[in-house]
Amino acid sequence: MSKVVSPTVRDSLSVSLTVGAYGIAFGAAGIASGFSVLQCCLLSLLTFTGASQFAVVGVIGAGGSAISAVATASLLGIRNGLYGVLMAPILHVRGFKRLIAAQVTIDESTGVSLSQEKLGLAAMRQGFWLTGFGVFLFWNIFTLAGALGAQALGNPAAWGLDAAVPAAFLGLLWPRLDTSSGRILSVCAAALAIATTPILPAGLPIIITAGLALGLGVMKKSI
Amino acid sequence: MNKFWVSVIATSAIAFFLKFIGHSVPEKWLSHPIIKRTNLYIPIALLSALVAVQSFTHESRIILDHRAAGLGIALIALTLKAPFPVVVLSAALGSATLYNFF
Repeated sequence: MSKVVSPTVRDSLSVSLTVGAYGIAFGAAGIASGFSVLQCCLLSLLTFTGASQFAVVGVIGAGGSAISAVATASLLGIRNGLYGVLMAPILHVRGFKRLIAAQVTIDESTGVSLSQEKLGLAAMRQGFWLTGFGVFLFWNIFTLAGALGAQALGNPAAWGLDAAVPAAFLGLLWPRLDTSSGRILSVCAAALAIATTPILPAGLPIIITAGLALGLGVMKKSI
Repeated sequence: MNKFWVSVIATSAIAFFLKFIGHSVPEKWLSHPIIKRTNLYIPIALLSALVAVQSFTHESRIILDHRAAGLGIALIALTLKAPFPVVVLSAALGSATLYNFF
């Protein structure tokens, strides 16, 4: 056995474990929003894309309809499709393997894979699969732990769970605020969502902010 | 079937469909600059809206309560480059303290 762990393996495992641990926050958020432990676990197993999962439980938790929840989550899931476009020529898989590759195509597996570019195609593939499977494993284990833990606690507000959920969203959002246009968009979207809450049905104030993103995407010539 | 099950099943089906088409369509279909830019902006807009709605509204009212304090603490923690678990835990702790003792 080699004593030297390759940088690809090291990157994949450290990302898998850190990101997987966020699953605790998701499991807790799901319970706080009224989902059962089984439903939280199914979201992590089947949906398996963090931001969309948080969005579903967030919108339902805020009193939104299933349609609002699914629409918000799906808008957030579009980026995985674009990651698939990047990964397909690198992975070169067909049939059943392509189905599996699609399911583990998320921010982290794509990110680790693309960051191995200097090490060659084999390292990029290894990074994708190791990170994809690694995050899948830990994310699901920690979701179960978070859901069971939150269920045992009872009243979400007494334990700060109702604040932990927006804090978790903010943690997901933070690394994306690295441009001034992104920061302006963030503030405008937050203001629009709050301002329209008294007049629109629950869930819609969140979805309509996608219009701001689309507007900015069409208008702005360069990032 | 209640809205919890509908949202679990529909979200999962659409999420997989979106991942799978990316692996299956020709690259040029999805590589338009407007699509790429919008794709960067959509998570920013939706996540910001979710943070705002969950921190400053309850049902259809705008309110300022213990959750806003929790969010403020999370913001400070992120500014100080705290790791994710510290951000979430400090927000929960601050909010719970306010909720239980004031």
